[in-house]
Amino acid sequence: MNDVGVHSAALAPASFRSAIKPIWCPGCGDFSVLSAITKALAMIGRPPHEVAVVSGIGCSSRIPAYTSCYGLHGVHGRALAAATGLKVARPDLTVLVTGGDGDGYSIGGNHFLHACRRNVDLTYIVMDNHVYGMTKGQPSPTTEPDWDSKLAPGGTKIRVFHPLVVALAAGANFVARAFSGDPNGAAALIAQAIRHPGFSFIEILSPCVTFRPEQKEWKTQVHASPVEATDDPVRAARRVMTDDGLNVGVLYAGKRAPYLPERRASTAAVTELEAEFRL
Amino acid sequence: MSDPTIADAAGCAPQGVAIALAGSGGSGVMTAGTLLLAAAAKAGSYGLMVRTSGPQIRGGEAAALLRLAHRPVDTLGDGFDLLLAIDWSNIHRFADEVPLGANSVIVGDPDAGDPPEIYAGSGARYVAVAMKKMAKAIAGSWVNMIALGLAGAAAGLPRSALEEAVRADGKRGDAALAANLAALGAGYAAASGFEPPLAIPHLPRAAAARPDRWLISGNEAAGVGAIRGGVRFVAAYPITPATEMLEWMAPALAKVGGTLLQAEDELASINMIIGGAYGGVPSLTATAGPGLALMAEGIGLAVASETPVVIVDVMRGGPSTGIPAKSEQSDLSFAVSGLHGDAPRLVLAPTSIADCATTTQWAVQLAEALQAPAIVLSDQFLGQSRAVIDRPADAGGVAERLIAAAHAPDYQRYLNTESGISPMAIPGTPGVAYTADGLEHTQAAVPSSAARDHRLQLDKRSRKLDRYDYGDRWADIEGDGDAAVITFGSTTAAVREAVARARAQGHRLKLIAMRLLAPAQTERLAAALAGVRRVIVVEQNHGAQLYRYLRGHFDLPARPASFHRPGPLPLRPGELQRALADWSSEGSAAA
Repeated sequence: MNDVGVHSAALAPASFRSAIKPIWCPGCGDFSVLSAITKALAMIGRPPHEVAVVSGIGCSSRIPAYTSCYGLHGVHGRALAAATGLKVARPDLTVLVTGGDGDGYSIGGNHFLHACRRNVDLTYIVMDNHVYGMTKGQPSPTTEPDWDSKLAPGGTKIRVFHPLVVALAAGANFVARAFSGDPNGAAALIAQAIRHPGFSFIEILSPCVTFRPEQKEWKTQVHASPVEATDDPVRAARRVMTDDGLNVGVLYAGKRAPYLPERRASTAAVTELEAEFRL
Repeated sequence: MSDPTIADAAGCAPQGVAIALAGSGGSGVMTAGTLLLAAAAKAGSYGLMVRTSGPQIRGGEAAALLRLAHRPVDTLGDGFDLLLAIDWSNIHRFADEVPLGANSVIVGDPDAGDPPEIYAGSGARYVAVAMKKMAKAIAGSWVNMIALGLAGAAAGLPRSALEEAVRADGKRGDAALAANLAALGAGYAAASGFEPPLAIPHLPRAAAARPDRWLISGNEAAGVGAIRGGVRFVAAYPITPATEMLEWMAPALAKVGGTLLQAEDELASINMIIGGAYGGVPSLTATAGPGLALMAEGIGLAVASETPVVIVDVMRGGPSTGIPAKSEQSDLSFAVSGLHGDAPRLVLAPTSIADCATTTQWAVQLAEALQAPAIVLSDQFLGQSRAVIDRPADAGGVAERLIAAAHAPDYQRYLNTESGISPMAIPGTPGVAYTADGLEHTQAAVPSSAARDHRLQLDKRSRKLDRYDYGDRWADIEGDGDAAVITFGSTTAAVREAVARARAQGHRLKLIAMRLLAPAQTERLAAALAGVRRVIVVEQNHGAQLYRYLRGHFDLPARPASFHRPGPLPLRPGELQRALADWSSEGSAAA
């Protein structure tokens, strides 16, 4: 795929950071994810101007402007659509998509399904903290049913959405889980996802210390995946369905060819197209 | 309201012939209509074919409404000279769309029953032709070929032109072709055997066919315009009546090195093309009202992030699902004002099938030059009708966007320039990377909620649209007089014909057909209305949307009048002629 494997000694992670100061709360997991993304991009070695980071709305969706790459900070839930258009129109670019669980699994749910299914060569990084943080603490699709909040007193009583299984069922070509508390490990997984052809999906457990302070305990709970990645989506799905949700590593690496529209070497002149209408 | 099934006394189709071919869906009347139009084209004439059908894909009602003439035709007339029905299934559903007069002829199959009561009051003459039996007598032939022969002969088309059209269509094998040519010949011969003869006007024989005439639909023409303007990426979701534009563009774009992506919904379509355009590739989507409504938030992102995109809205009856396969000009209000926040955008409307190409191309140029979204208001009438036209004018080549150079010093994406247009960095260009944002931002593209930045960027985004020189193309202005008729988009041709008739009766009237609706060309319209004392605004919607928009943005002469009514019936020249006459006599009374 492209020349994303080419390393460049000149690019340090800091080359991928902009001067803009994040708006995040002190201790937010997203700081580490930003760090992991810059480390991964340094590993990939493409210069920042050949990388685009696309996002929707939410705390984690602020990431594009915090990088020195090209960024597109669009509307809520539509990052995958915008990134798909960008990558199909400009296949030469490396395109990352970043966002949160509400942006990706709720308002953007349909695009998530179809991005997995379409298998355009994108890397989708979801910072999942099981809460809408930017709007001050409402339940998201991955929030536990009994989590009490002003909007859903006593909990939503609705079972959680299982993004990894949905991604596998919908056809994502690479599925991994990472933890923001291990930025080096997350960086390695992100780099692997970027290199993997087709649609790569990484769910990063990224604590919201303000509205979900109990997630600080994730650092003692996450553990490396005990088994190797599989290229069998059924096995992968069974595994993620039965794990504890804190299992970190590459869970699936598929072999589907990425979607790439055929491009002709020589193109017709517009007047040739007009011929069919001429009497 | 007068009986819509009875044609206006003013005549069915001056300088030409109007023919309706009707039958149940799947009976082949659309094919027969298309071939009749192609035959007229081959004989050197011009023509228009409007499709009308119910919501069913097969088995519902369908009719091909044709008007053939020796000059370009962009509107139906007041009625039809000939209604040829293969059967009468569901005729009541579209009889309103096929008005007949005392000089009209109805040709029907006696085995399909008598012509419907609904036409009893028209005075049209009925002629029975056993079309199904005739087709049955020719093994392997289709009844619509009998109909084609009858209609072609009735219109005075040479048999050779009809045969040529059938041969060129050649989708089936030699045996089928021979059978169909035989059926065509049988129908053709039958038409000349009537006593008294079918007294419908004959199409005048064209002196010499003009060079470079096209046979095309408005949807296809819009696709041609888009590609001429440089569009190389399209993302869209199927919707009636816009889909044919996409179906034409999919293979056409591939041939010129572009791509069409079928999106999962319209929320995706608009954001996909924002992604493509952000990547530097001129991008477009096509949709209808429901899709446009879904895209509203995305169009706002294009405004705020200053990303050029083109949205072709092939309007249909609304609100909600409305009347999907019928025309109406009722998305105007939404197009000019339907985004949240102060969101300047371009809104254009083609005034004919040929103009679908020119205006869409212009829209691409404007969107790219102004880094703003452009909405093109086509409609079902323009989009799905097929016409013989002169080659559409080229709007002047490929769009040009102001691009930032690599390592441009002190680059600021949203720099507050005098024109309001700031150079856009294209991903891949070193030294000028930025984040395009729907959040309000500073000139350097850093998110900001400061009052100063908000005001500056709002000013910048409206100034770039207001200051741009759109030239004379903003409207077609024809004729002179102290009274003016203002319209827009697809009703232009019907209004033009009504104005011509009014002029023939001695009225001095100016016609102003607006092509650029937003930003409002206040000074240009004021100049066009210099010396005009009375104005009437004509449009096809229930809410007088153009009238209200004009009253909000322009200084019109005192007591402007409005003639508006909803679809799905097209505005007819005779109806408009009466409206203009009433308006004129009110004016005289007031004076």
